[in-house]
This record gives sequence, C-alpha cells and structure tokens, in this order.
Amino acid sequence: MTISNTLYTVAVFSENRVGLLNQISIIFTRRKLNIETLTVSPSSIKGVHKFTITTYTDKQTIQKLVLQIEKRIDVLKAFYYTDDEIVFQEIALYKVPTINLIDEPNLESIIRRHNARILEIAREYTVIEKTGQSDEVEALFEELKKYDIRQFVRSGRVAITKSPAEYVTMFIEEQEKRRMPKEKWSDKE
Amino acid sequence: MEQKILGAEALIRSLIAEGVDTTFGYPGGAIIPVFDVLYDHKKEIRNILVRHEQGAIHAAQGFARVTGKPGVVIVTSGPGATNVITGLGDANMDSTPLVVITGQVGSAALGSDAFQETDVIGITQPLTKWSYQIRSAEDIEWAVARAFYIAMSGRPGPVVLDFAKNAQNEKIEWKDYKKCNYIRSYEPFPIINKDELCEAADLINDSKRPFILAGNGVTISCAEKELIEFAEKADIPMCNTLLGLSSVPSDHRLNVGMIGMHGNVACNIATMNCDLIIAIGMRFSDRVTGHPAKFAPQAKIIHIDIDRSEFNKNILVDASIHGDAKEVLQQLTPLIAPASHEEWLSSFDDDWKIENETVISQELNPQDGQIKMGQVVRKVSEASGNKAILVTDVGQNQMQAARYFKFTQPRSIITSGGLGTMGFGLPAAIGAQIAAPDRTVCFFTGDGGLQMTVEELGMILQYNLPVKIILLNNNFLGMVRQWQELFYHERYSETEMVNPDFVTLFKAYGIHAEDVEDINTLDDAIDRMLKHNGAYLLNVNIAPEELVYPMIPAGSVLDNILLSRTEKYTKKPNTDYDNL
Repeated sequence: MTISNTLYTVAVFSENRVGLLNQISIIFTRRKLNIETLTVSPSSIKGVHKFTITTYTDKQTIQKLVLQIEKRIDVLKAFYYTDDEIVFQEIALYKVPTINLIDEPNLESIIRRHNARILEIAREYTVIEKTGQSDEVEALFEELKKYDIRQFVRSGRVAITKSPAEYVTMFIEEQEKRRMPKEKWSDKE
Repeated sequence: MEQKILGAEALIRSLIAEGVDTTFGYPGGAIIPVFDVLYDHKKEIRNILVRHEQGAIHAAQGFARVTGKPGVVIVTSGPGATNVITGLGDANMDSTPLVVITGQVGSAALGSDAFQETDVIGITQPLTKWSYQIRSAEDIEWAVARAFYIAMSGRPGPVVLDFAKNAQNEKIEWKDYKKCNYIRSYEPFPIINKDELCEAADLINDSKRPFILAGNGVTISCAEKELIEFAEKADIPMCNTLLGLSSVPSDHRLNVGMIGMHGNVACNIATMNCDLIIAIGMRFSDRVTGHPAKFAPQAKIIHIDIDRSEFNKNILVDASIHGDAKEVLQQLTPLIAPASHEEWLSSFDDDWKIENETVISQELNPQDGQIKMGQVVRKVSEASGNKAILVTDVGQNQMQAARYFKFTQPRSIITSGGLGTMGFGLPAAIGAQIAAPDRTVCFFTGDGGLQMTVEELGMILQYNLPVKIILLNNNFLGMVRQWQELFYHERYSETEMVNPDFVTLFKAYGIHAEDVEDINTLDDAIDRMLKHNGAYLLNVNIAPEELVYPMIPAGSVLDNILLSRTEKYTKKPNTDYDNL
C-alpha cells in the first residue's frame, strides 16, 4: 500500500436481490482492492439495500470503481466519500473476565473517559460496548488489555453524509417519472 | 384466455414474443424440457444444433452482430454452461447482445453438488451484463422480458438466465406477454446534457486539426449516416477502430483508415499531430492507444459513449457526452460550424505514401513469388464487389483481413476484438450466414484458430450453409510466431503445428475444398469459390515468415512504428503546425 492511498467510504444503494454482494465485491477484487470494512442493511427507502464499504485507494481508482459498481443493473446509485464528508461510527464489544474488573478502582473512570458502557455482567465475564471511530475503539482496547480481553469484535463502518442533498431519493424520484403507467412488473421492483 | 402451461413452454412463448426466430443450442439433461417444447414450435423457432456449446455462443454472436438483435443460446447445465463462458467474456468486451439460457438442476438440489450442477450465476457475474437464476416458473416471463431489455438497451451485452429444472416443469398460467421497458435501477437512455454538447461543439469549432475515432458504438446505434454527415459538415478526417470498421465506407474521402497496433501509419501518426480527438462509441483499448500517458499529446479529447464508466477509464478526457452515438451526433452536428481542413487532410498523404511504398505494395504485388495474406484478402474482397460480410478469426489472419478488406456496407465485419478469442471465427461466420442468407460471408482464418472450433463444420454440413472459408495457412501460430521473432529472439516455442490435410477434412464434411499453392492460380480459385453454390474452402499456402506490418509494439507510443524487418517510421510528429 502506498502512502498516497486514502481511506474511502463507498456507499452503494441497490435493489434487494440475490447475488448483489458478489457482484460488488468482485469489482474490488479485480482491481486488487482490499475491503477494509463492509456493512449491509436495508436503507430508509423501502426495498433498497445499502452497502457501506471502506477501502484504501487513490482518487482515480475510486472514481472508476464507483462507476463500475453503478453499472451493475441492480445497483441504483454508488458514491464515494472521504472521512471529512461523512459522519461515521462503528461499534465494538469487549469481553473481559469479571474477576479482573471487580476490584479495579479505575473501572468507572475508564468507562467514563471512553464513553463506553457495560452491557452485561455475569459471574464469569463482563461485556463492554463502545461506539466510536476506529482510533477510539482501539484506544479502549489498549486500555482494557491489562484486564485480559477474551473476545473483541467490531462492526464495519456506518456513515451518513454531511451533504444537504439526498441524491438517492432524487434519483429514485427521477426514475419513477420514467416508469410507464400500468407497469406490469412494478410489484417486482 | 388463461391456461396452464409448462414453464418450459412459457420460456419458448416468451422468446417468440420477443421476436426470436433462431436459437443456437445443444440439449442436455437439465434443459430437455425446453427442447421438448421446441419440438412443438419448429415453425416459429429454428434451433441450430451446434457441435459444442462454445460454437453455439460464437454463432449467436455472429448472428447478433449482423442483425443487431440479440443472439439466443440454449444449453444445458454444468459443462454446457461452462462451455459458453468464453463467448460471454467475448460478447461482454465487444458489447454484443446475447440472451443465454442455461439449464440448471432443480431448486431443491441447488448447492448439493448434484450431477451437472455448476454455480452458473457465480461464474457468469463478472462476464455478463446481468445474470439471473429462474427458480420458479412464476419468474419466467419477468426474467425473459428483463433479459431482452437489458441485453439490447444502453451498451448491449450478454445476459444469462439460469433456468432451474423444476421451473421448467412447473405449470403456470400464461397471460399476454409484456415486454420490459423500465427498470428502476437502470438508465439505458440517458438524456443528453446540453452543456456537454455545447462544450464539445466549442472544442470542435475551435479545432484546427480535429480527428474522429469511430468505434463499435457507431455500428451498434446505427449512426453511420449521422457520423458521415457530422464529419462532412466540418470536414473532419475519421478513422475506425477494428470493431468500428465498415461503419464508414472504406473509400469515403474522409475515411483515413484504421487505428491501432496494426493500423494505418497515417491514422496513428494523426493521433500524435491532431489538436482534437472526437472518440465516438469506442473505449480506448490499449491496442488503440499504445502507451496511454503518451496518447495524443497535443490533443484535447471529446469522448462520446453510452457507457458512463468508460469516461476517463483508460484515457483522461477533456469533455464527454453521455448518450447514444446516433442521438448525440444528431444534436451535435447542428451546433458545429461548416469548416474546411484541406491542409490538415493533405498532411495524411505523406504517411499514406510511406505505408504504400514500404508495406502495402509489397503485400499486394509481391515480387518474391510467395502468396501474401493481404493480397488474398484484397482479391477476395474485390471479387465479392466489396460487399461481403467479413468474418475473421484472431491473429495475423484477422489483422490482414481488417487491413486489406474493403467495406461498402455497414455491419460487415465480425471479429473478436476485446477478448481476442481464437476459434471465434468459424462459428461466428456460420451465425452471420444464418442471419444474412443472401449475403456472401467470407471467413478468413488461420490454421490455429480454425482447429479450435473446427467441429462446427458439422453445422455447415447439417444446415447447408454457403460460408466461404479462406484458410491463410502457414502451419504456425503466426501472430505468436511474429512476437517470438521480433521480441523473443526467434525462439519459436510451441508455435509450429503439424496440420491435417485440410482439404480431405473439409471434404469429409461435404465441403468443396482446394489447396492454393501457386500465386498464379489464386484468382481462378477465388472465382471458383465465390461462384460455387455452397460452402467452400481455399487452403492458401502462406510462408511462415510473413509478418503483419506496420506494427506498434505493445505499450509503445503510437509513432514508434515498425514498417518491416529493417525499417522504422522516422518522421517525428509535427509540433509546429501553427507555422504551416
């Protein structure tokens, strides 16, 4: 990986159809781009799925990549963003033996400082949750290390754009105008 | 009237409703129900029984390229499906509309490694415009309608419908078929942006040395007339890419030839000298641009294409117009000022003279008694009145055919451009002949490529097709040999072939065949071939040392042109045009 590479967040809006993830991921693979994180979920628009993918690359490559993704028939729109154009978060869970925490005088301070919270306390283990950005998640990891982290999981990134325009909604509205009246297959879309 | 019919019947009725009258297919276990239904619809749909599924898809490509309609392929699951993969890749690169129907095991058995099961969707997704698995008969009409709409609209391409056997055998109600004309996530008819048009028109009107690069998109959108009107109005010289050939008649005043690795000197040099490139329906393949960073160093570039993802993909452009070539040209021509570029046009003459003297005259009027590939091509072309459909295989035969065949009618070249598929030619020629029974189809091939799909001679035999086959036979994989001679120190690794007696082989298939070894017998042989009412083979003996010139080594700048074993193009690009 060269120094000039930037972490880009790619947002893909697609119809909810089997095989879409494969179609999108092979576009990354073909260009030797590693997917750093991937989150897929239904979007706020009914029937539309959203993929949020992060990858390190340069501007020219990401521009081409997004056009190639958008070329897939079942993809509605694809966008790319740098970190300053979006608000983003990820979530992490840490599982630590309860016994290592129980007499820890700094526990409250750690949880407070990191804006974390305790999800569950059992006799054997405690689950701590942290939402934030990668470096924040990692900072808490570093701090909890001494208590012997037994499991650690983190989600992919979720992101919301700072732009005032909602391009996907606009695109779908434009497209709906093209739809012929009494479209036989409309229930399928 | 509503009635219950089999899924397989619904498929065939859907195909008929889409206007399909010819399919290319090969039966097998997972597609038998469809062939069973075809038996009842012989009057409406004629299936051409191929000898190998690769032959089916290449024949469908030839058919599609001649008609402009989608080629339809019906094959079975597993090996039937994997055998069409090469053709999918080829059609995807060359924007050929295809609807490929593959049988598939029943839905319940999917994922169980059932007999002849293959993950067809998984392996075809990277090579197709769309692929979809029909798991229920309810999906058939919807999927077929969508498949045809997607294959044909926008930038055409191959579509795969993977048809599970249970869906073929399920019964459904048949209603009136309705074609698809809308997909929410797909925008194949972009509205042309007026600002983009004006920006391009300004660049054209300001240009002193404009140059048109016309590609396959001109043929696909039937923009031949519009292209000529556009070029004539502003007096702009134009060249074709390999796949763009025949969109402009070869002898048109403004047609200055073919661009690319084995293209005409004047065209390649013009890219170095021009101040504006107008690229229409082409994708700046590396075989056209040479070294991409050093392509067209003095020029601004306008790119007209229906596929937005082509803009700035290989070459950074200064202006782009997203739209169908025909529509764009219709709207652009009124915005450009009539112009005359006499001086610019005459600047091509010197380079044509160089090519004529060093390359073309030797090829057309050889003094060494050897038969030259270019000579054979030109003689066949002229004997056909320059009206034949040219089909080529891949390699030296392809380049010489493209260089020396003359075109007077559009849609007259069928060749594998982007993928460079050896073995493409014979089945594609058969498909072209089926699509255009009244036109002469001249198929130029080499001994290597011919043998890759030679089993398809069975189609010629079974359907009595009058394809004219000209085998430029040097008993070598000639283009690889050429690279080995020029760039690999004459180490001819695995390129020499011991070949069968082709005349005997073709005769076994009932095809008239003759050897041509003497240059003096060539004209008569061509005459016999073209006059013969049926398929014909000319097995023309070519010396293995024959090379295709001019040649720009891969990745070179376009003025680095080899003219012969000993000569290189030496004139440097003109950077001093303002003082001309």
